[in-house]
Amino acid sequence: MATTLDSYITPKVENEPVEAAPGVMRHDVKPVNAKDDRPLYVDRVAIHPKLVHGTFRNLKWIVMVLTLGFYYLVPWLRWDRGPTLPDQAVLIDFADQRLFFGPMEIWAQEFYYVTGLLILASLVLFLVTALAGRVWCGYACPQTVWTDLFIMVERVFQGDRNARLRLQKAPWSSEKVWKLGITHVTWLFISVLTGGAFVFYFRDAPTLAYEFMTGTAPYIAYVFVGVFTFTTYALGGLAREQVCIYMCPWPRIQGAMYDDHSMLVSYRPHRGEPRGPHKKADTWDGRGDCVDCKQCVVVCPVGIDIRQGAQLECIQCALCIDACNEIMEKVGRPPNLIAYDTFHNLKAAETGGNVPVKVFRTRTILYMVLIPAVLGLMTYGWVNRSELQLNVLRDRNPLFVRLSDGGIRNGYTLKILNKRHETRQYKVSIKGLPATAVDPKLDFVGFKEADPVIDVVPDSLRAIRVYLSLPKPAVSQLKDESTDLTFVVTDIEDGTVTRRGTKFRSPKK
Amino acid sequence: MADQKKIDKVTGVETTGHVWDDDLQELNNPMPKWWLYIMYATIIWSIGYMVAYPAWPLASDYTRGVLGYSQRQVVMDQIAAGKAAQSKFRDAIAQAELNEIQKNPELLEFALAGGAAAFGGNCAPCHGRGAQGFKGYPNLNDDDWIWGGDLEAVHTTIRHGIRNADEDSRQSDMPKFGQEQLLEKAQINDVAEYALSLSGAATDQEAVGRGAEIFAEQCSACHGENGAGNTELGAPNLANGIWLYGGDKKDVVQSIHTGRGGVMPPWHTRLDDVTLKQLAVYVHSLGGGQ
Repeated sequence: MATTLDSYITPKVENEPVEAAPGVMRHDVKPVNAKDDRPLYVDRVAIHPKLVHGTFRNLKWIVMVLTLGFYYLVPWLRWDRGPTLPDQAVLIDFADQRLFFGPMEIWAQEFYYVTGLLILASLVLFLVTALAGRVWCGYACPQTVWTDLFIMVERVFQGDRNARLRLQKAPWSSEKVWKLGITHVTWLFISVLTGGAFVFYFRDAPTLAYEFMTGTAPYIAYVFVGVFTFTTYALGGLAREQVCIYMCPWPRIQGAMYDDHSMLVSYRPHRGEPRGPHKKADTWDGRGDCVDCKQCVVVCPVGIDIRQGAQLECIQCALCIDACNEIMEKVGRPPNLIAYDTFHNLKAAETGGNVPVKVFRTRTILYMVLIPAVLGLMTYGWVNRSELQLNVLRDRNPLFVRLSDGGIRNGYTLKILNKRHETRQYKVSIKGLPATAVDPKLDFVGFKEADPVIDVVPDSLRAIRVYLSLPKPAVSQLKDESTDLTFVVTDIEDGTVTRRGTKFRSPKK
Repeated sequence: MADQKKIDKVTGVETTGHVWDDDLQELNNPMPKWWLYIMYATIIWSIGYMVAYPAWPLASDYTRGVLGYSQRQVVMDQIAAGKAAQSKFRDAIAQAELNEIQKNPELLEFALAGGAAAFGGNCAPCHGRGAQGFKGYPNLNDDDWIWGGDLEAVHTTIRHGIRNADEDSRQSDMPKFGQEQLLEKAQINDVAEYALSLSGAATDQEAVGRGAEIFAEQCSACHGENGAGNTELGAPNLANGIWLYGGDKKDVVQSIHTGRGGVMPPWHTRLDDVTLKQLAVYVHSLGGGQ
């Protein structure tokens, strides 16, 4: 069994180049997950993906620039909310339990908007996966983006695949120390920036940046920069594809997300097989287009051979499509030997058939219905969100107090939430108790007036104790020991009204 | 045996050497590396921990650790820090008159919170967690006050208590009309009917008539001619619907027979001035304050 182990250590320097086709060298490489004789315990094989050019590589560069740009720059966007509130456009303010998203401000108890957003994001993810497989994994996942970035750093300092393989094999020298050292230092530098950018979402970015520079930032900020520096460096620089294969649950869930109609990065065996080297004078009749150059293997960031079919390691980054198309152009064959295709179409192609892509299927229709439904529900909720809210806590101990004149008194704590960004004034009234000659009496603790104007400062909650006394004649009119009662809070300025039902408790009849 | 490795022929893996049921053997596969490294890391960590933190019990002491960490000290520091953070309000309350505390929203909030906490720890055993009271222990939520319900009166009552050894405590004494044979049984019945009649709860109008005379003679000196009570003497108002010792005839008869005289400890010996003020403001805020 030990004999096979060595052959799995992929990075063999390609010392005897073989021509796969005129001008196309064949790489002596074995996919890391080759089936034959694979022992249960194998060390990780370092993967050195070769740089490739083409449509999907360009798309990935664009996605990288957009996602990284978004991640690093968003905390610096400003949004004016008046003098009392933070002016950071996107801020997760744990201290005050608020989430700020531009014009939106979410209080802690309104976190369901974020839940809705996450549900929406999952549904979109499900839909995209059902249509085109692991698009998220291949293009936009932070693990993919940062790994891509780190491989780029590697390439800048150590050269492309072959140079990196040689360096890995080479004995230690000052050149090797320097090249590996500068690579890791750059990775760490990027990691610190990554962790640094993350904490900016939780505290005013310019303030925190200044605090970092003067060494006065809160202790917890350094801790989180440290944590994210470590995770970025370890996951993006060291662990790489192992995160996707062994750590991440999403790839395993995705297996249930796509079906025979999903567009997946696939090798088209009906076109490629039988594969083999091709010489200039040879005919293409009776053989496949695949010249077995293994370009698709060497560009693969997870080190697999797409020609083995769908594999759990494949993150569907489509770089093998670019690699193969480059070769197809060189050997003068039509492109897209490797391309986005469906299982259905691949199967039909075996017998020369062609199945058009079926976009509308039960699951995609379900997602397409659910997405606008959730979006609509959230929008409805947001549009009808009141910026004045009232909570009423009725005293439970004691339930009621008997007064010396025979009346009954209940105590309440009113919590008035002013979500506006300016101080507002409110009045409180009640509804629902039986009308008698003597009105029920409201006493506001801390106010002299019988019907006080209550100021609530911007973006805050004010709790007020209120005693409601019913005179004896009114008490005798109550039908039950528990009577429905409504507190009404009115915004003096614009007449906005909010109500909250509660009970008035009295002795048993 | 120990120096000879046994290799399993099928897998090529070393076995532990144990054999069950003739041929069943256990492969000696290594622990996963990540597992092993984490275990080594925890061992190293534990050594560092024992050096840095208190770890080993000794005969009369324990190893303190080079960091000098102590959970007790952390708590002491937190308490000190909490006190320091409160000092701004506590100092202001110490200086302020009771009604000034009530007028200042910041001080009021602090006093109510502090008062509620002190009430729970000191007053609730007798008066109840919601100050609702029990038989013999007044309800502090209502507007019926035996010794007065304005801020100063409440403060004095809390400070010095009722019928205790403190020289400034509230003092008064209700005669034991039955036990000391000041009144006959029938007379007690009559005066009880009269007392009940003051709040419209009497059942025997003749007895009420007889009781009125006895009341004027024996009770009105403290409880007032109309039974409205006297907060100077701690004589309860008998003319409202609130009965500290129960408003049934039986209860009222018993009150007259044995006399009543609830006690309350002085709190200035146990609580500081600021807490006493906070308590007064809190109790006053419960709804019945005058």
